Parts: sequence; C-alpha cells; structure tokens
Amino acid sequence: MDSPRHVGKIRELVYELKVEAVMTRKLITLAPEAPMSGLRSILKSNRISGVPVVSGQTLVGLVSVEDFINWLAQGGRDCPVGERMSREVRTLSPGEPLVHAIGKLEQYGYGRLPVVDGERLVGLVTKGDIIEGLLQEMQVNSREEEELHRYRASHFFEDMIADRLTVNFQYQVRGKTIEQGGEVASDLKRSFKRLGLHPEVVRRAAIATYEAEMNVIIYAREGTVDVSVDPETIHIIVRDQGQGIPDIQQALQPGFSTAPDWVRELGFGAGMGLPNIRSCARSLDITSEPGQGTTLRISIPLEPERVCA
Amino acid sequence: MRLSQIAKALDLEPRCGDLEAEASGGYVSDLMSDVIAHAEAGDLWLTVQIHANIVAVAAMKELSGIVLTGGREPEAETLRKAEAKKITVLASKLPAFELAGRLYQLGLRGRERHAGGI
Repeated sequence: MDSPRHVGKIRELVYELKVEAVMTRKLITLAPEAPMSGLRSILKSNRISGVPVVSGQTLVGLVSVEDFINWLAQGGRDCPVGERMSREVRTLSPGEPLVHAIGKLEQYGYGRLPVVDGERLVGLVTKGDIIEGLLQEMQVNSREEEELHRYRASHFFEDMIADRLTVNFQYQVRGKTIEQGGEVASDLKRSFKRLGLHPEVVRRAAIATYEAEMNVIIYAREGTVDVSVDPETIHIIVRDQGQGIPDIQQALQPGFSTAPDWVRELGFGAGMGLPNIRSCARSLDITSEPGQGTTLRISIPLEPERVCA
Repeated sequence: MRLSQIAKALDLEPRCGDLEAEASGGYVSDLMSDVIAHAEAGDLWLTVQIHANIVAVAAMKELSGIVLTGGREPEAETLRKAEAKKITVLASKLPAFELAGRLYQLGLRGRERHAGGI
C-alpha cells in the first residue's frame, strides 16, 4: 500500500470509528474527598497525567499534573482534590466519531478527554488511545483487504490456460437520451468487478467509458463500445458515425466544447470529457473524419502502478 | 456519519432509498464530468441537477447519496432509476453553499483534491 492510500484510509477511519472503540475503560479515578498530597504518587505509579474525579459514578471534575503544580506553587497545603480540580470538563460521548475527539483535543490543547454516557463516566481518551486504535483498525483493514485481494485479484486470468487469452465485452449505445446515459459504463464496471480487476483499474475504465459513452449520445446519437481485456491491458474502442471532430488537438484542450447550451445546462459538455479519458488511460488515440464519425482507442494497463496519473 | 443522522439534523427530506448508508465525505458540483473525475466513494453529493443521469453517476462512483439543493425535486425518471439502482435521493430547501456549510459543521469533510488531476 502506498502512503496516499493510507492517509485516505485514516481519514475514513476517523469518521467510521467511534470514541467507545478506542477509549480506555479501566480507569483510575479519585473521589472528591481524596487528599491532594496523594496525587503525585498516583500519577507517577500509573504514569498518567490526569485523573477524573467521580462522585459515585458521576463525573464531577478532572485533576491533572497542572493542577498539582499550581497547588504546589501556592504552598501545597493539603486539601481534598475536590477543591483543586478543574470542574469545567469537556467530555465526549461514546457514540461520537473519532474525528470529534481529535478536534476537541486539538482545539482545547488537552491531553485527555473523559467519555461520559449521560453523566456517568465510562472511559477516557488520550491521543495515544486514538493512535493505537487507528493503527489496530488499519491492521485489521489491510488484512481484510489482502484476503479479499488474494481471493479475487485477477484469478480469472491465472486460472485460464491458453497461449493467448482475451475477454471481450460488446455494448451498443442507441436510442438513449442524455439523461439515460452512463449505462454502458455502469454495466462494464460491474463486469470488471466480477472479473476481479483492481479497484483503481475498474475506476479508471469506468470514468473513461462514461465520458466516451456520453460523447456518443451527445454528438452522434448512437455507436458501439468494444472492450477487450488481456492479462496486461484493457482496450476500449468506441466508434460512432456522428458529426466527427474537425480539430482533434483543440478537442483535447480542457474546457473546449462545442456542446449546445441546453446540453451544458444539464451539466454536460463542459469540455472535460476527452481530458478525463486521457488522464485515466495510458494511451488515447482518436481518429475522426468530419461527417463520417469518430473512433476512440483507449488503453488502460491492468496493473494499477503502471497507470500514469 | 449516517445519512439518517444528517437528514434529521439538517431537515433533509428523503425522496427515495434508505438512510442506512454512511457518508464519509462530501462533494458539491453540477457538472457530471467533474463528479465522475473527482468525487470519491462514500461522498454525499450536493447538486441542482435533477435528471436521471445523476443516478448513473452516483451509482458508478458508489456515492452514499444525492442531495438536491435549493428546493429542487427529482424528475420521475430519476426516482425510477434511483429505486432500481438503490441510490438514496434527498431534497433540501437550502442552497448548496448553505447546506455544505452546515454539513461541515456537523463534522463531514470533503477531501483535498488536486484541481484538474484525476
């Protein structure tokens, strides 16, 4: 796995994971009546920097190293922790996503946040808990992904025995309105998933096919999509007998479009189609004859690492 | 964040599909090519487009749902297709900018993307 994918995964996980999944449940707590002079040894022997103060099961405050130092600086006269604790404690609820915990820790500069269910203290979350929780989840995730990958990945090609192997898919684009477009791309995507191709490769093929399909519908009304997959490459050939492209270089410029206004109003024809196809493919070859039609030849490598972005 | 939670908090009205899906991000655009290129699986998509092709785009990108903004209502064909493809469609009276701001406040985030790239 490369690092941008890791970062993306972590970003997803901080929304998916809930506070209760990472919080520490075995808590060291103090009663408000406990003596301040005993705090040091509790913090030290447990290697912690703060202790929630509870009355019964209800959270009433939090006493930290900082409170201890302030107490010392002011003479260190012994008193109950209830007198020196911070009473205004920011808390989390067990069902909140991790991203809230991270936000609050950052916003207030705290080292820890108590987790309360109603008023009852049920856990504590530190930055360390969050990191540990994320790492564990990442491990589980990557193991699952690996298994899935091993199970599915292109076994089709490995399992077939032939000197030369090609799988063909043919689609017609005909009698579709713009609004109905995208079906070929969606069918192809489903088929590619079943074939066990890499998700990134499937994504690229689907984008390229969608754009080509929409071009056929908008500019030529009908055409064909022929797809062949061999163990190295996906070849997508899209043919139509439409109006053709007078200047191919111009058509490849992002933002260049000849689409009429009503097409643009629907959110199409913004001059992004061919550029989108090109950035998804290893190669895009266009032949066109004005008045005769257009043929697009798109090739996408089966190994995602070999796709240039 | 679960769609039901979002719908409740921001008064989004369900037009079809269930609210069980989790939105992991958000994307705002009215341009199909832009969404096809830049939205990511799990995104909640805010748009003013109401035609059936938005369902094809959402299905292909495996988005968590579509929110029609500014009080727009889906065309009948859009709903029919959304039922068939199991895509959740919601409607909001708020304009996209306002709605996106509130979603952000709820904790939903977009993803940093490189403009123009894929």
